[in-house]
Amino acid sequence: MIGLDLTLARGEFTLELSLDSDARALALFGHSGCGKTSTLLAIAGLLHPRRGRIAIDGHVLFDSARRVDLPPARRGLGVVFQDARLFPHLSVRDNLRFGMPRSAPAAAFDDAVQLLELATLLKRKPAQLSGGQVRRVAIGRALLRQPRALLLDEPLANLHREARAEVLEHLRGLKRELALTTILVSHQPDEVSALAEAVAIIDDGRLAALHAGAAFSALHAPPWAGYVSTEPQPAR
Amino acid sequence: MLLTHAETVALALSFKVSLVGVTCSLPFAIGCAWLLARTRFFGKPLFEGMLLLPLILPPVVTGYVLLIAFGHHGPIGRLLDAAGLSIAFRWTGAALAAAVMAFPLLVVALRNAFESVDRKLEHAAATLGAGSWRIFFAVTLPLSLRGLVAGLALAFARAFGEFGATITFVSSIPGQTRTLPIALYELISTPGGESGALRLTLVAVVVALVASLIAAMMLLRGGTRHEAEA
Repeated sequence: MIGLDLTLARGEFTLELSLDSDARALALFGHSGCGKTSTLLAIAGLLHPRRGRIAIDGHVLFDSARRVDLPPARRGLGVVFQDARLFPHLSVRDNLRFGMPRSAPAAAFDDAVQLLELATLLKRKPAQLSGGQVRRVAIGRALLRQPRALLLDEPLANLHREARAEVLEHLRGLKRELALTTILVSHQPDEVSALAEAVAIIDDGRLAALHAGAAFSALHAPPWAGYVSTEPQPAR
Repeated sequence: MLLTHAETVALALSFKVSLVGVTCSLPFAIGCAWLLARTRFFGKPLFEGMLLLPLILPPVVTGYVLLIAFGHHGPIGRLLDAAGLSIAFRWTGAALAAAVMAFPLLVVALRNAFESVDRKLEHAAATLGAGSWRIFFAVTLPLSLRGLVAGLALAFARAFGEFGATITFVSSIPGQTRTLPIALYELISTPGGESGALRLTLVAVVVALVASLIAAMMLLRGGTRHEAEA
């Protein structure tokens, strides 16, 4: 269950979003600059709304009325950033272990490594990885945090076609095998269709529509077709 | 080129004073540099200006301030004397003078190094459950390592060459406070001391060159900006 009600000002842009969704995987969909990444960063605790409430699966992360504003470290979320943000001085192994709680079962590391096919990369530094491998490590690092929810910010952006297909396949696998609340930011309909159970369409900082299930096809038809990116994915 | 016993003593003392001075000032420099690089607070420009004062003031003034505060009749000096930790006219006083004079260089180098670390990496660490201390020691400091080493090298060189504040604060006592620059000054002022002065000058130049080389290598090799790997 994802409950968002927030007002967030960034310069002249104001995000005013209110939505409740019981979908396990919710996509925030819309044009670049519509406020979807700001929403994700506010959920992660990296941006501070002026007012509102953010709750995931009953856990209140932010509530201005009750003066609750958990710091990012205590929100228990796994965040996969668009630019991955792997620690360049640490090996893949140490990146993956960075957020692992002490209480995490020993097998969790091996499971994530197997699931994301990272076994041969563990000793490498991030600079030695391809774009797709970087994203897989970032996803593994977020998962090993043992989060109550996974936040994905354009996880396939700036990847060439093969890498995109590779990471999308792994994300599909995660969706199948893990019962984890997921919030995905995307402006790619295929990504949304593959990974989300509901989609919130955001326009100029406001919720334009909330679709579920089969209504995804609506993304390709008017009036939402205009939100779908027609730009080709840049090759890396 | 062989140094005389007195010159060797002065050289060894300079190394000891510089090492101890820079090592002791490092934690304070890290704290001040982090405050300047990562926080905003009322009076920050004034704080920054105060930190840079030893770089701008005539060294004799800095030495005299140290003498007023830490001398046998100074407010801190009296407390130290009572605790049996007197530093006036002792090598520890010379180390304090060296630390004070080298401090601004260390702070400036560290501040630049901390600012070169992409804050997005620190934010990523926070979302992974890391608190402020862990973020600093696991992310910010390791990524600032080149700047830290460069700052240490420059600060060491500055401490090694310290003269004005040291002679004002702790005078020139052989084996206690007569560091290499003070010994060099005395040799220059003494008839027949030219060859000794030349030897110490060469040593001072070599130490300064090695320190500059280390600093340059650290700052130039591979760049200093650390951004998120994407």
